Amino acid sequence: MTIWNKKFECISPGELEQLQLERLQSTLNRVSRNVVFYQKIFEREGIIPERIRELSDLRRIPFTSRRTLRAAYPYDMFAVPLREVVRLQTSSGTTQEPIVVGYTRNDVEHWTELVARVLTGAGINRDDVIQISFDYGLFPGALGMHYGAEAVGASVIPASTAGSRRQITVMRDFRSTVLIAAPGYGLRLARMIREMKINPQDLFLRVGLFGAETWSENLRRELEERLRIKAYDFYGLSELFNPGVASECEAQNGLHIFEDHFIPEIIDPGTGRPLDFGEEGELVLTSITKEAFPLIRYRTGDITTLIKGKCSCGRTLVRMARVKGRTDDMFSVLGVSVFPSQVEEILTRIEGTEPHFQIRIDREADREVVKLLVEISPEIFSDEMKKMQKLKREIKGEIYKLLDLEVEVKLVEPGALIGRGEGVRRVIDNRNRG
Amino acid sequence: MYWSEEIETIGRKELEKLQLRRLRTSLRRAASSRFYRELFQNAAIKPEEIRSLKDLTRLPFTTKADLRHSYPGGMLAVDPEKVVRIHASSGTTGQSTVVYHTAHDLDGWTDLVTRCLVMAGCTPRDIFQNMMSYGLFTGGLGLHYGAERLGMMVIPVGGGNTDRQIQFFRDFGTTVIHITPSYALHLNDVIKDMGLSHRDFKLRLLIFGAEPYSEATRAKIVEAYRVDTYNCYGLSEMNGPGVAFECGASDGMHVWEDNYIVEVIDPESGESLPPGKIGEVVLTTLNREAMPLIRYRTRDLAFLYEDTSCPCGRNFRRLSRIVGRADDMLIVRGVNVFPSQVEQVLMKLPEVGTNYQLLLDRVENLDRMTVRVEISGRMFHGEVGELRALRKKIQHELKEQILLTTEVELMEPGALPPSRGKAKRVIDNREI
Amino acid sequence: MPHQVAVFLENKPGKLERVTGLLAGAGINIRAITIADSGDFGVLKLLVDKPAITCNILAQNGLVATVRRVVAMKIPDKPGGLLNIARILTRQKINIDDAYGFVLKSGETAVFVIQVKDPDTAADLLKAEGIQLLGDNDLYFL
Repeated sequence: MTIWNKKFECISPGELEQLQLERLQSTLNRVSRNVVFYQKIFEREGIIPERIRELSDLRRIPFTSRRTLRAAYPYDMFAVPLREVVRLQTSSGTTQEPIVVGYTRNDVEHWTELVARVLTGAGINRDDVIQISFDYGLFPGALGMHYGAEAVGASVIPASTAGSRRQITVMRDFRSTVLIAAPGYGLRLARMIREMKINPQDLFLRVGLFGAETWSENLRRELEERLRIKAYDFYGLSELFNPGVASECEAQNGLHIFEDHFIPEIIDPGTGRPLDFGEEGELVLTSITKEAFPLIRYRTGDITTLIKGKCSCGRTLVRMARVKGRTDDMFSVLGVSVFPSQVEEILTRIEGTEPHFQIRIDREADREVVKLLVEISPEIFSDEMKKMQKLKREIKGEIYKLLDLEVEVKLVEPGALIGRGEGVRRVIDNRNRG
Repeated sequence: MYWSEEIETIGRKELEKLQLRRLRTSLRRAASSRFYRELFQNAAIKPEEIRSLKDLTRLPFTTKADLRHSYPGGMLAVDPEKVVRIHASSGTTGQSTVVYHTAHDLDGWTDLVTRCLVMAGCTPRDIFQNMMSYGLFTGGLGLHYGAERLGMMVIPVGGGNTDRQIQFFRDFGTTVIHITPSYALHLNDVIKDMGLSHRDFKLRLLIFGAEPYSEATRAKIVEAYRVDTYNCYGLSEMNGPGVAFECGASDGMHVWEDNYIVEVIDPESGESLPPGKIGEVVLTTLNREAMPLIRYRTRDLAFLYEDTSCPCGRNFRRLSRIVGRADDMLIVRGVNVFPSQVEQVLMKLPEVGTNYQLLLDRVENLDRMTVRVEISGRMFHGEVGELRALRKKIQHELKEQILLTTEVELMEPGALPPSRGKAKRVIDNREI
Repeated sequence: MPHQVAVFLENKPGKLERVTGLLAGAGINIRAITIADSGDFGVLKLLVDKPAITCNILAQNGLVATVRRVVAMKIPDKPGGLLNIARILTRQKINIDDAYGFVLKSGETAVFVIQVKDPDTAADLLKAEGIQLLGDNDLYFL
């Protein structure tokens, strides 16, 4: 199969190391000049970018966390003047201090190139008709895929969030060969195909690219069977590029990380200790080409392993296993990423006291249902039914407004969410079971 | 300020030569589509016999119905492999329509939008919040590409979520927005409710998209936001936004005639109308590969300016604001009425709010038009007598303007469904 | 004035048994019981002989319960008995949040209970109309 950028995707280890080191030095230089946060850290830790002579020196620099990025809202982590920024995207659908990521013209070009690699890796080329069913807008997934698909020279249908019936009509009428969507949405479309009494064999779909939420091998098989496609995984991070950090090749044995743009590490999420190939831990990424929004040793919160050894596809870039889970309970539903802490903030504001809650995500008839179980406390209990119902409506409404997430609210008795002493499990995700 | 000075300041003679050359290419390209091949076979004049721009009028029109009937592939004029973008619209009635673009087409479209933005005075230092929806609808992506080419900071926020839009104005220091007029009015109501005003923002430019509205509405929006406003004309069949745009003179929109030939016709007879006369806008694409359209009837009503020179230095013909849709034209008791005329009257009255609705029904075989209008919050607490006087005043003004006696219902602020995007203004309950 | 205990309950089998079991174990007598249901949860309302103790027992066992004063009145158990009360409530513009009734002695007397924002004012108005109101003790020792 074709490789989009052989020069970099098949780079020799020695050359890669040299390239990474040069790019790392220039990134460190840039952030130490332009980003106050890094300036302070480098001063405190006595780090002088010019003296970073080996890649392992990177480990002397402390991690950057999501919390830092939130506190920097809106522009404090930008490393270039605003006039050089041509795009803003946010990292999730939240109103409350979203993480805002800026891009220079070069950043957009790099991003586009990396997405072209993602698509080419999945065997997509200029003859394909690509239907992008991610929500266009602030969430970077849709526009990222869009630009990459254009670079590949394929026909792009920016289907966005058009209803599922319309998605299928478009898919049939324009003979879409590639579907790009959240895996849960892929299932929903499969169901709609059946409902519209269309034989999947009469469609022209051949490849599906699924991402923006954790999914499993089981779901891959199901999607492949029901849509008659080959399904590929990709990995991205809205704080860096999403998509555009790593992606599967035809070997489908791990995702190649674009190491000419990112330096990956795996750490023990508890101690921060670096882990070796094959050991499971948290992925940490350092961007080495980003201009507007560079991040040094950013803790992604995603749990995976790095895979040693050569890949049969010919790419030399290191592979990571499919993301297994999160260190922090973040979950994604149809492309919307939510942290339980955000739900907690909203409930605390409504209830005026510390809330006890649990989020349960199930797949019911191809539809993803998010239930929010909220324990009733004496502070919020009322013997007037209409007040209780109003409370439910308010919780539902605020969560939709602030997090773009549709939830079913269920009020439960105190203690129903088991073992308050040992802490309630915040998120139970049943989607990838069985 | 020009983006492509040479072409934007081209003289009429040169322009017409260019148009003729491009028209011939366009016709040749069109003939490779199934639809135009058949159409040209039966036409009074063959494309290769076209010797002057005037000859164009001897070719038949293309209509929205033609677009529907040839869906999905009948108008495609290139090898499908060359198509890089597909925009489809789902009509509320009947079948969908589709527009194909090659890389050349997208590049051309982007360039026109960039010209528009530069004409409005946008620079790479501007922070542009694009509030039109992205996806299959062309309003969002069209402006997005142009703004990016110019180097503005683009916030691709799309439509909806009013609270977030306002938060972004403040947090990002947004200077330019792209928004529908009805949503601009609604947004302003929310801004006021939040205790905010234009002073809390850095907005300086507002680009209107996607629906007809009146000068009076514009005045209201300028007053509320204290911004320069620019009218933008476009339709997805012709790419999307960026067919015509206002210059700093705020007097008509320059049609990018190097890319389109514009005509105005009588919607009934199809006869060409002279400048100054309101009629249906008809457009022919001159620079499109994937799907050239010849004499496409837009259903939009406007008039052309007589004068082709403009203080801004461009000699491109100017088109008036869109006064309505040929489909929107209401015939009430034999009188032609455009909702925009009613809006013009209402928006002049300070006692009147931003939202209104026209209700048509038939009582004892006679058409009746009822204008429902929200009064502004200030008046709502007034005396009953004042309200009665206001109703009379509205009736009187409407009678003056549209020569019809109407019923007027005053509504509480917020009583009518708020507008998000394209407003639904007319409810026609007449059984015909 | 009588006190009503309200308890939050999930709509699941065995929930009512749990509450009544707790009360039986503590020797508490239930005079009236009503459940307002909203699908996934309900609010159980009880008139009991020892409201404060009831509330404590329920809270100790991890349930959320509150006590509030309600207005209870005696009405004749015959056609039109309730209509008379309803007319008075309308005339006096008393807004009812919840209401229920039960028969004391068939064919003779029934009790009608209303939950209102301001029970004192409601009680005064009803008394002025000649309605016989019941207190805590009246209810349980009838």
